[in-house]
Amino acid sequence: MAKTLIKGDSVVANEWKVLRLAEGESPEAAKLPFGNVLVPLAVWRARKWDLVRRHWDQGHLLGIWLGPKDDPAQLAADLAHFSAIGVHFPLAGDGRGYSIATLLRTRYGYTGELRAIGAVGRDYLHFLRRVGFDAFEVNDPESAIDSLDDFSDAYQTAADGRLPWFRRAGAPALAA
Amino acid sequence: MYTYNDTDRRLVAERVAQYRDQTRRYLAGELNEDQFRPLRLHNGLYFQRHNPMLRIAIPYGQVSAPQMRLLARITRAYDRGVGHFSTRHNFQLNWVRVDQVPDILAELARLDMHAIQSSGSCIRVVTTDPLAGVAPDQIADPRPWAEIFRQWSTLHPEFVALPRKFKVAFAGGPDDAASVRTHDLGFELVRDDHGRLGFRVWAGGGLGRTPILGQVVRDFLPWRDLLTYAEALLRVYNLNGRRDNAFKSRIKILVQSVGIEAMRRLVESEWRHLRDGIQTLTDAEVERIAAHFAPPDYELLPRLDSRFEFSRRFDKEFAAWVRTNTHAHRQPGYAAVTLSLKAPGRAPGDATAGQLDSVADLAERFAFGELRTAQTQNLILPDVRKRDLYNLWQEAKKAGLATPNVSLLTDIVSCPGGDFCALANARSLPLAAAVQARFADRAVLADIGEVRLNISGCVNACGHHHVGAIGILGVDKNGEERYQITLGGATGQQAAIGSIIGPSLPAAEVPAAVERIVEHYRSCRRPKERFIDTIRRIGAKSFASAAYARDFPNFENEREAANG
Ligand code: HEM
Ligand code: SF4
Repeated sequence: MAKTLIKGDSVVANEWKVLRLAEGESPEAAKLPFGNVLVPLAVWRARKWDLVRRHWDQGHLLGIWLGPKDDPAQLAADLAHFSAIGVHFPLAGDGRGYSIATLLRTRYGYTGELRAIGAVGRDYLHFLRRVGFDAFEVNDPESAIDSLDDFSDAYQTAADGRLPWFRRAGAPALAA
Repeated sequence: MYTYNDTDRRLVAERVAQYRDQTRRYLAGELNEDQFRPLRLHNGLYFQRHNPMLRIAIPYGQVSAPQMRLLARITRAYDRGVGHFSTRHNFQLNWVRVDQVPDILAELARLDMHAIQSSGSCIRVVTTDPLAGVAPDQIADPRPWAEIFRQWSTLHPEFVALPRKFKVAFAGGPDDAASVRTHDLGFELVRDDHGRLGFRVWAGGGLGRTPILGQVVRDFLPWRDLLTYAEALLRVYNLNGRRDNAFKSRIKILVQSVGIEAMRRLVESEWRHLRDGIQTLTDAEVERIAAHFAPPDYELLPRLDSRFEFSRRFDKEFAAWVRTNTHAHRQPGYAAVTLSLKAPGRAPGDATAGQLDSVADLAERFAFGELRTAQTQNLILPDVRKRDLYNLWQEAKKAGLATPNVSLLTDIVSCPGGDFCALANARSLPLAAAVQARFADRAVLADIGEVRLNISGCVNACGHHHVGAIGILGVDKNGEERYQITLGGATGQQAAIGSIIGPSLPAAEVPAAVERIVEHYRSCRRPKERFIDTIRRIGAKSFASAAYARDFPNFENEREAANG
C-alpha cells in the first residue's frame, strides 16, 4: 500500500484504498478491499448499513468518493459517517470537483478529510486547497508540495475561509 | 486608470514564477503536450499554424503610454516588430518562442501587465465600452465595476477548469457599446425606479459556430450583489455545462437547453445561499476602486474652440477625419479620438513597434498619457482638447494612424485567418485588403456611410462576422476556399445575428459582391438612412439578387455545409 500523498502540509503514507466498480459490476456484489476504503456513491446507497457495521465491527474507517456528476446534496445528511471524502477528477480539465468541494465545505458543513483523486497535477494544488481539499493524491508529492504555495495571497473568498482582500485589515485606506 | 498595489504586483509576479516553472517542466519533457496545453492557455499561449501566439491581456482596454512603449519594446525584442490588437481589447504577438515567454511575462510584470486568463477554459479578460467614462450619455462609468470583476475573477480557485471559455463584458449604458448581448455573461449598468444603480444581467450570448444572443437572467441586480451573483451563475455553469462536446459546452448551449426561465431559477436558488455573504461589495470598496478612475485634470474650456472650428472649415481632409475619427465627449472642449489601425493594405488591428511608440507619444502629448483598445481593433485617445486636434491629426497622419474611416466600410474587423491560424478555412487578411482596395475612393466611402464589415476565417467567428452589417465567413467546400456572406448583423441594443443571403463565393468574387450589395443600398436608401437600417427595413434577402447579379431560389442547404 503506502502510495504517498500530500495531507495538510506534509507527505504521508496513504492509508486508504479506493473502490471502483468495474463496467457492469453491481454495487451490491462489489468486494470491499481490506482496510479503510473510499466507496463510490452507488455502493454507499446500496449498502449503507453494512458499511457502517463494518466500521463498528472491524474498526476500518469509512469513506466515500464522488464523481463529477454526483450531487453532494445527496450526501448532506450522511456526512457524519465519513472520515474521508474523495472527489474524483477524471481529467484535469473537468473542474466540477472544485464546485463539489466548495459545496461540501461551505454549504453542507463537512469538516473531515477532503481528498482530491484522479488527474490531480501539482499545478492545480493551490486552487484545490482553496476550495477546501486538504489531501491530494499526486505523483511525486515530494516536489509537488511546493506548489501549494504558488500564490501567497488572493483577491476573493473561497472555501478556505479567507476574507476577500477588500475586507481585510491592512487593505489600503481609501485614496483621499 | 487603475494603479496596482503591492498585492496586485505580488500575484502577477507569482504567476510569472509559476508559469516559468511550468515552461521549464514542459521543455524538460516532464509535462507532455496534453498536460501543458491548459497551463499555457491559461497564460494566453496558443500553438497556431507556424508559430506560437501570445495573447497579452489588456483588461477592459485601458493601457498607459509607458505600457504601450513596453509593448513596442517586446514586439521588437521577441517578435518581428508587428503586434496585433484583437476584438477583445487584447494584444497578440504571432512570432514568440515558447522558451522566451516567461521572460516576456517578467518584462510585462514590471509595468503591471500579464497574460493571465487571456485564453483557456476560464473567466477571460473582462471587456467594456472603449469610451467608458467619457461618452456623454453613459448611465455610469463601467470601468470600476470591470476592475472589481477583474480582481474577483483573477485566479478564482473554483473556476479554473470551466466547461469552456467564459467571456464577460460590462456596459455603461444605454447603448451597449460593450456588446454584452454577445457575451457569456454581460452586465449592463441601469438605474431602477428609485434611481438606484445596478445591473441588468445578460447570459448565454456567444458567437462561434452557434451564434446566439444573450438573454436577461436578472432584470435588476443591485451593485452590491455583483460578485455573489456572478459566483452563483458560474457555479451553475461549472456544474451543469456540457463537457462531452467542446462545440456544445459554452453557457449559451446550457441556457438554450434548459430555457432562460429554468436558468434564472437555478441561478436564483444558488444565489440565495450566497447573497449578503462576505463577498458582498461595500461602499468603501467601490469608492476605493472608483477613485482610480477619477477624471483627469480637465481644463475648463468653452464648448467651441475657434482654432478647431477654423481648421475644420479650411482643411477638408482634416474635416473628414474629424467626422469619422473623433467622438463626442462629456467634458466641454474635449473629444475622444480613434487612431485607426485600418490603413489600406494593412492587416486590421496590426501595429508596428514604431506605431506603438508613436501612439504612446501622442497619448502623452495630447491625452493625459492614457489609451484604450477598441473592439473594432483600433486605438482610442479618450481625452483630447479640441484645440489640439489639428496638431494631433498631423502627427497621427505621419505615423499612419489617421486613416479617416472609423465606422465606415473599410474599418474592417478581421481575424488573422489562414495566414496564422491553424483552424482557418480561408485567408481573411488578403480578402480584407481586397475589399479595402475596392473602396479606396474616399468620397464614395463617405457617401456609403456607416457599415460594419466583419470577416472570420472559419466558423469559430473570431472576426465576429455574425454581428457585422456585412459578415464574411470563410468556408471550405470540397477543399476549395470560399466565402459566405451574411447581412443585417449588429451589436448594441439592436443586436442581431446576420442572415446568410446565398451560396458561398470564391475569394476573387467577394469584393464585387460587396460592391453590388452596397450599390443596392445606395439605390434603395431613404435620406440619411444608414446601411443597417435599410437592411432592417427591406430585409437581408432582398439583397441577394443584387449581390450575385443573378437569382438563387434555393440556398438553404448551404448553411449546413458551413456549420458542419
Ligand atoms: C491562434 C489563433 C486563434 C485560435 C486557434 C482561435 C480559436 C477560437 C475558437 C476555437 C473559437 C470558438 C470558441 C467557441 O465557439 O466556443 C474562437 C472564438 C473567438 N475568438 Fe479566437 N482564435 C484565434 C485567434 C483569435 C484572434 C486573433 C482574435 C481577435 C482578433 C480572436 C477572438 C475571438 C473572439 C472574439 C471569439 C468569439 C467569441 C464568442 O464565441 O463569443 N481569436 N476562437
Ligand atoms: S475565426 Fe477561425 S480562422 Fe479566424 S482566427 Fe478564429 S479560429 Fe482562426
